[in-house]
Formats: sequence, C-alpha cells, structure tokens
Amino acid sequence: MLSYLIRRILLVLPVAFGVSVICFLLVQIAPGDPLTAIMAIDATAEEQAAMRAAYGLDKPLPIQYAIWIGNLVQGDMGKSIATGRPVAAEVFGAVKNSLLLAVSAAVIAFPIGIFLGFLAGYFRDTWIDRAVTALSITGVSVPNYWLGIVLVIIFSVNLSWLPSMGAGPGGSQSWAWDWAHIRHLVLPAVTLAVVPIGIVSRTVRALAGDILSQDFVDALYAKGMSRADVLRHVARNAAATALSVMGLQLGYLLGGSILIETVFNWPGSGFLLSNAIFQRDLPLLQGTILILALFFVAMNLIVDVVQAAIDPRIQRT
Amino acid sequence: MAMADSTTLPTPEKVEKSKGYWSGVGHRLVRDPLTMFCLAVVAALILSAAFAPYLGLADPYKGSMIARLKPIGAPGYPLGTDEQGRDMLARLIYGGRLTLFIGLMPVVIAFFAGSVLGITAGYVGGLTNTIIMRTIDVFFAFPSVLLAIAISGALGAGITNSLVSLTIVFIPPITRVAEAVTSGVRKLDYIDAARATGANAWTVIRVHVIGNVLSPIFVYATSLTSVCMILAAGLSFLGIGVRPPEPEWGLMLNTLRSVIYVNPWLSALPGVMIFVTSLCLNLLSDGLRSAMNVRD
Repeated sequence: MLSYLIRRILLVLPVAFGVSVICFLLVQIAPGDPLTAIMAIDATAEEQAAMRAAYGLDKPLPIQYAIWIGNLVQGDMGKSIATGRPVAAEVFGAVKNSLLLAVSAAVIAFPIGIFLGFLAGYFRDTWIDRAVTALSITGVSVPNYWLGIVLVIIFSVNLSWLPSMGAGPGGSQSWAWDWAHIRHLVLPAVTLAVVPIGIVSRTVRALAGDILSQDFVDALYAKGMSRADVLRHVARNAAATALSVMGLQLGYLLGGSILIETVFNWPGSGFLLSNAIFQRDLPLLQGTILILALFFVAMNLIVDVVQAAIDPRIQRT
Repeated sequence: MAMADSTTLPTPEKVEKSKGYWSGVGHRLVRDPLTMFCLAVVAALILSAAFAPYLGLADPYKGSMIARLKPIGAPGYPLGTDEQGRDMLARLIYGGRLTLFIGLMPVVIAFFAGSVLGITAGYVGGLTNTIIMRTIDVFFAFPSVLLAIAISGALGAGITNSLVSLTIVFIPPITRVAEAVTSGVRKLDYIDAARATGANAWTVIRVHVIGNVLSPIFVYATSLTSVCMILAAGLSFLGIGVRPPEPEWGLMLNTLRSVIYVNPWLSALPGVMIFVTSLCLNLLSDGLRSAMNVRD
C-alpha cells in the first residue's frame, strides 16, 4: 500500500506542474495589456514602464513564471487588480461557499443516484429499469443553468416558496446554519444535483447489472444465503468503482458550479471567476482557476488512494 | 419421386453476398425507432437553422418598442416576443445556426485532431506516446466546464474564441480514447503479420488500424456532442461566447433572465431548444453505439 501511495503521489507532481503552466499561460493568451484596467489613461511612457517593472511584466516569460511560482509556494498569489486585495484571501473565501454548495449537491445526488441505479440494475429490463434509464439520460442531457431558471420560475416566481438569489438574507456573504440561509441553498443545490444523479445512477446500474450476472452470485444463492446478505456482497464489489465515480463527480461539482452560481448569484468561486473575467482581473482569474484545478487534482488522488485501500485488486496493477 | 431426387445433386441454396458491416449498422439503425426519431429531430433543427432565411420568418434582429414581451401565442407572434420586441420564433430558429455550429464544430475538429494524436501515440508508442499522453493528462486536471470558461474568459468573448476553447477542451478525451483503442489493436497478431510483410507504418495504419479504431472513436466523439452543445450555449449564457445582438440560445437565455418576473415561461424557451437538442444528441449517440456494436 505504501509503495502504491508513493507512486501515486509522485504521479501528481508533473500534473501539478502542467496545471501551473497552463494557469500561467492563461494570462499570456489574454489579449491586451493586463495593466490597462488600472493604468491612468494619460500615463506617460516612464510611468507605464515603472508600472510594468512593479508588476514584473518587463522580464522574459520563463523568469516571470519562476517568480510567479516562487511566490505561489509561499502562499502569495498576487493582488486582485480590481480590488487590490490578495488573491488568496478572495479565492479561499469564495471556495468555501462553493464547497458548501458542491457538498450539499453531492449529499442530495449520491444517495438518490445509488438507489435508482441499484434498482435499475436489480430489475434489469423491466419497466423500472427503463424508467430509471430515461431519467438518467434526461439528467445528463439537461443544461443545468436552464433547469435552475425553470426551478426559479416555479418555486420563486410562481409559488414564492424559495428565494432565487444569494446565499443568505439581504445578500449575506457569510454562511450560517439557520433556516434563513438554508432556504437559499435549496434551489442551487437541487439544480446542481441533477447531472450527478444521472451519472451516478447510470454507473451504478451498469455495475450492479454486471456483478449480479456473475457466477458467484448464483453460488451464494445456491448455498442458501439470504437475499440481503447476497446484496451486501454485491455492494462490496461495486463500492470501489462507485466511490471513484462519485469522487470525480464531487470534483466536477466544485469546478462546474460556475454556471449555477451565476444563475443564483451564489457568492462562490464561480461567481468570483465571472467577476474576474468581466473586470479583466487576470491575477484573480488565474488564482481561482489554479485553486479549483489543484483541488480537482487532489480529489483524483484521494479517490485513487481510497479505491486502492478498499479494493486490493487495484494495488497490484 | 424420392428416388429421382436422391440421384440428382442438391441444388445449392443461393448464397447471398455477405452484407458489409455498414449495411448491418444501417439496418439496425433503421429498426430503432427512438434513434430514428432523434435523428429526424436533429436533422430538422439543423435544416431549419441552415435554411432559416427561406422560411418566411420575421427579421430576428428587428425589435419593436410597442411589441415587447408579447406572450406565447399572441397573434402574429406564435412564440411571443423578447425584451426588445423581436419575434421569438424567428430568433429561436435563427439561434440554432450559431448554437449548433459552435456546439458541434469543436467536436468535429477535436475528432480529427484527437484521432491523429491518439493513433500516433498508440501506434508509435515509446517516447512519442509518453510525451503526447502526459501532456493530455494535464488537461484532465481541469473539469471540462472550468477549462472552457478559463480559456474563453482569458481570450474574451467571440465566436472564434468559443470554438478554440471548446476544441481544446475536447481534444484530450478523444485522444485518450483513440490511444487506448489503438494500443489494443497494435498488439494483435495481424498487425505483426502486416509488418512482417514489409509494410511501413503509414500503410499499416491506413490499411489495418484506421478501420478498426475509427468506429469506437467516432461513437465516443458523438457522445461528447451533447456536452459540447450545453457548454457552448453556457459560454454565451455567461457572456463570454457569442456577443449580442446575435440570436443564440445561451445568450437569449441570459438576456431574457431580466424579464423572468414579467413573462417567466417565455424566458425559459431558449433553454428548451438546448435541452431538446442535447437530449436527442445523447439518444442518437446511444443508438449509434448499440448499432455499431461498440462497447465501452
């Protein structure tokens, strides 16, 4: 297990390096001068040059990358051009809100997805299977930002049951576990849960179907084991793969919630990202993407390690 | 009579020429009503978008201050009008032009680019494989939505920029599948046999590899079209795709959000188009997968 762990962690390093290069290049492909947003219109050539030097933009690209990465490992991600605040503080504040939303969506989606998928796999080729399959293909096909709008139309506009915007009463930025805040979480979390419900139920259906058709299941029944105990064996067999799919989905939820955060004005990382894009706040854009991608890489690592821990077959490959 | 028959040689049954793989695929597709229905819907959407100027629709750009936000079914406006008084039916049909183009084109380009990269990596192996596949791995560190938004956000709004960012998003997954199937085929004996006859790499790939790997890559690529459509419209929805006043489903969904309390269901219409298209593309891909006998 330890050697697997070390090998797997070593594999992360080149990927993390590649991620940092891509994030660094993002700013380079952006058209225009990154400083135009803050530079005075009547700045003289000397003032412009001084500003470039202050931001280190007068040096060649590899040097700029080295400086950037050097600051990065010390936790300094630069300052937001729009607000002047440190990027790290802005991003971590927003990621907390995104994480709350992503985990809530996962808590809704995974049990439902597992239940539906198992039902469909167990009752293969019956109307139950067809209904679940239809539901999951609808789930993965629906543009969730549109679904969010439809839910707002039904529950906020027509019924006035739930708020349509923000993370708390009066545009509250800080989260609290009271009903006033939870009400704001319901619609975005449900909207975000729909795609993973589709994907998880699809995966579990295929897994359960495959495992149930294996010989060992017949053998267990033949020796007189009760149905509940047989299903326990099936669940144990499916657990590793199901967990890895769900781990990846949690990563997607965090990185993919930007559209939903925009629909619901949820003050998370996606919201921060779209502000950064429209204010051409490139350091903030870069920092947000970097943190979200590194989180996704870490999520993949955790999934692989957990999978190896519960499934001895994986460590040998 | 029986005696006479036994003396004559039995006339051989007429041997039908064995049908090719593709005729079998076509046969199975035609017999699959759901897939055919989805094919018809997608074809209708593409054709109506392509021939929109000849359908006698209202001008999708021409607004009217007095005809703003007509409800669905208003006389003269079968699907109502938007926040600037432009005819919704016309804008939805015209909107298909950009949405379908930006939603499908990246997968087409990525299919070719990813196949070339993946087949090269899978067939040549060694260092070439390592370089291509490790580079691809880096892109898998980004959830696809995030990568598309990051690149589009950095490049800025615009049709070309959307096409570029979505193509970059879809090349890595297609390359990975192409590499996997090619490596599988590469190990088979008939490839060794072909190489033993002295065929060079290009000939082996062209004659023996492509035919065996293209179907799974193609089917996989079709399964990405729905995601690409949703993402393409999503970029415009965020304001980093198509610019106003072009009719485009994601952009329309965005601008109509401002009137959600005035005419709620009208503002949901462009999303219906995205949803229907993406659902049909997914079902079509599933149908193709089973008709072409491609396994995951």
